[in-house]
Amino acid sequence: MATTDELSLPVRLFLKTYSWRRVDPVPWAPLAKPLAESRLALVSSAGFVLPGQERFKTNLAGGDGSFREIPASVDVAALTDAHKSESFDHHGMVRDPNLAFPIDRVRELVAAGRLGAVNSRHLSFMGSITAPGRLVRDHAPAAARILKEDGVDVALLVPV
Amino acid sequence: MCNQTVSLIAAELERQGISTVTLLLLREVGEAVRPPRALFVPFPHGYPLDRPDDPPRQRAVLEAALRLLEETGARPPLLVEYRPPKALAIEASPADRLGAL
Repeated sequence: MATTDELSLPVRLFLKTYSWRRVDPVPWAPLAKPLAESRLALVSSAGFVLPGQERFKTNLAGGDGSFREIPASVDVAALTDAHKSESFDHHGMVRDPNLAFPIDRVRELVAAGRLGAVNSRHLSFMGSITAPGRLVRDHAPAAARILKEDGVDVALLVPV
Repeated sequence: MCNQTVSLIAAELERQGISTVTLLLLREVGEAVRPPRALFVPFPHGYPLDRPDDPPRQRAVLEAALRLLEETGARPPLLVEYRPPKALAIEASPADRLGAL
């Protein structure tokens, strides 16, 4: 498992006094139907963007909580790593975006009947958000509305 | 911060009735933030699904995550450590992970 010891000294010092945003109470939505009948969407914080999409803002105080929509038909080779963080090794996900946005694996699970359907769109965030107020108040509810409109039953969330 | 970001988004999705499962690379963040369902994976930052270009390993992580969704009778937060299939060895470092390919 990763540890904060892997991070740079400035980041470790920052985290030493950082107050994580605690979810309380913890919401709970049990699976409403079998996975083989469920529609799945991906939510990644790897900061991927497609050609023509606005890149994430790297100088926004507290971080950029906005997200980009990634169509289910995407060729992962078209995804560009726009994540600003230098706190992790980008080489793996640049080489194979499925490492942080596993759309090819999800397609395989649907083809195998393990999942019912892959949603028509997926969401890409950039996770370097130190002040998550706007994320919690605005961006995450907007993301939830989109996925509810699409009839998504299940979401898989992937950080880097 | 990525671990907190996805955990907070997961909580909002779950409030809106969407079942979620979150991969997490940092146990301490998961235990502090508390997403509804999380699978702690034993991989370095930047490698949430194990190795690049390795579909069997990536599928194994996804399968473990999906099984959390099928846990009946569980109560939130459901925070579980990933135990890879015995056939899949785990290298220690990103360099090892890229170099092994």
